[in-house]
Amino acid sequence: MSRLSEIFSNNPKCFVPFVTAGHPDLEATERIVLELVEAGSHIVEIGIPFSDPIADGPVIQTSSFRALRHGYGVPDYIELIRRLRNRVDAGLVFMTYMNPVWSYGPGRLAREAAEAGLDGIIISDLTPEEHLRFREQGDPRNCVKGLDIIFLAAPTSSDERLRKVSRASGGFVYLVARTGVTGKKSDVESQVPATIRRLRRYSDLPIAVGFGITSARDVRRVWRYADAAVIGTALVRFVDEHRHDADLPGQVGLFAREHLIPG
Amino acid sequence: MSLQNTSAFEARWPDAGGHFGAYGGKFVPETLMSPLEELDRAYEEARNDPEFGREMERLSSHYVGRPTPLTLAPRLSERVGARVYLKREDLCHTGAHKINNALGQALLARRMGKSRIIAETGAGQHGVATATVCALMGMECEIYMGTEDMRRQALNVFRMELLGARVTPVDAGSRTLKDAINEAMRDWVTHVENTHYLLGSVLGAHPYPAMVRDFQSVIGREARRQILELEGRLPDLLIACVGGGSNSIGLFYEFLGEPGVRMIGVEAGGRSFRLGDHAARFQGGSKGVLHGTFSYVLQDGNGQVSHTHSVSAGLDYPSVGPEHALLRDSGRVEYTSADDNEALEAFHLLSRLEGIMPALESSHAVAECLRHQGSGELIVINLSGRGDKDVETVRDLLE
Repeated sequence: MSRLSEIFSNNPKCFVPFVTAGHPDLEATERIVLELVEAGSHIVEIGIPFSDPIADGPVIQTSSFRALRHGYGVPDYIELIRRLRNRVDAGLVFMTYMNPVWSYGPGRLAREAAEAGLDGIIISDLTPEEHLRFREQGDPRNCVKGLDIIFLAAPTSSDERLRKVSRASGGFVYLVARTGVTGKKSDVESQVPATIRRLRRYSDLPIAVGFGITSARDVRRVWRYADAAVIGTALVRFVDEHRHDADLPGQVGLFAREHLIPG
Repeated sequence: MSLQNTSAFEARWPDAGGHFGAYGGKFVPETLMSPLEELDRAYEEARNDPEFGREMERLSSHYVGRPTPLTLAPRLSERVGARVYLKREDLCHTGAHKINNALGQALLARRMGKSRIIAETGAGQHGVATATVCALMGMECEIYMGTEDMRRQALNVFRMELLGARVTPVDAGSRTLKDAINEAMRDWVTHVENTHYLLGSVLGAHPYPAMVRDFQSVIGREARRQILELEGRLPDLLIACVGGGSNSIGLFYEFLGEPGVRMIGVEAGGRSFRLGDHAARFQGGSKGVLHGTFSYVLQDGNGQVSHTHSVSAGLDYPSVGPEHALLRDSGRVEYTSADDNEALEAFHLLSRLEGIMPALESSHAVAECLRHQGSGELIVINLSGRGDKDVETVRDLLE
């Protein structure tokens, strides 16, 4: 059983924060993740920034551009995973875009990151169809192996697409709560419960709901019908606003405890 | 007008998933998949509907001004030592080939019941073409444009506003075309119910590269008929500039099945071959994914997309249409580059020799033609746009 599956079987409701790696720098990211796990996070999504993040709203875009100024590369992010894995048992998942993955080599990235202790990867602009096409072409350099690949589902996805997404995903399925980019409004779309019912027809995988969740109240609401709630923008905004503060990681931990994780 | 494929090569690509060989496809967030599938279905229906073809033909003739002439360039021919014709897309309404695609997609959007059009623009030509067809059809229009481009092309911003469009500044990343595309895609994800994204080149996820190619392929169909009438034979060589690649594929497509016709696409060599100083993707780029498609991309060692430079804003883009990537790998089309200085020289030369002021983009194609000294070949250059928009840029460079 993969670590992600194990986490979901031990925890009926999971809290999943997202942080942009390298925002404000990688040292801070490491300490922030440790604080978030300490505060009660089950899985942490670690964003590898990309120059053209079409699925992200302004807050995560800004954090990405700030992080990119450091010039970090994939080996730096893998090293972050290695250091974190020595300290925590929580699930660690990369979230990024296809181009940085392609540039490094999907096969190489998966092998090295899995060896360092990464559990899964979300590639926002990789669909199950394109993923399968790479697999069918059979070139191991282009295949992600050894990691759970988590694909996105949306309320606008047809049944046919939900079936493909469920079959291709490992660890969990990531349902985006509204049609739109990350971080636009805090209400949870009304179609989400219906989409989850449709997803359950095709898969026993746990379902995480993300995009547009900004408070412990939102998290609790999502937990009523999904297995995990993902908090991205609200957290990244907090990090950005406090990026010059002396004890940033401690403050992030406190913020998560007080405002994001249901008591 | 028929939008049906003809030759064997054409019929093969893209495949059902939108791939051109290894390239193309749909690399987009899941939220964009259903709008892309809806667009794909609607386009397939439209291209097989004779009524859609007739409406397209009517507006192409009576609004855009097609067919555009194929003009012999006698003094340029003499200078080069070849027989050179210019395909006059500069004479289209709004001054460039961009309107062919804008018109096709706007008709499609209306057919799909969309009331709002969004588009990206770099130099402003595609934005102006889009604002124009939206005015014609009474549709709401919003154009995304990088703040750096808005500064460089202030007059085109005003033109779009005069045509009733809203121009929305994009102040992220490099503040140019690629960032405007990012923002337009975000808008589309959020407003898919009533909005069509009118992408301006053979870029992006399927069906855009194939659809935009089809709307632009009228250039090559006309050129073929015209050169046969004028010269009684097919040309030896076609030359066109390549930014995203819509004017070049528009000219080349009809001739792909003709082994005797050589084709050269000209990228922007900018001011040097250092990364960031040019837009020659086939010389300085490597394979990658940008804006939904797999192609060649100018990027650094970490897979971060590079800034680009060209004197012509229309060629200033870090990736290239996926069909061009296939045509390059197969060797069917050759790709070269011309730098800023060569393009400027060609701009002056064509203005003085023929009384035709080319867009700085098209000037790159003219520059390539000058390298074929004494060849005696029958050459067709795609004059994709007129140079009026570039007069200020050229004046600033002269000072």
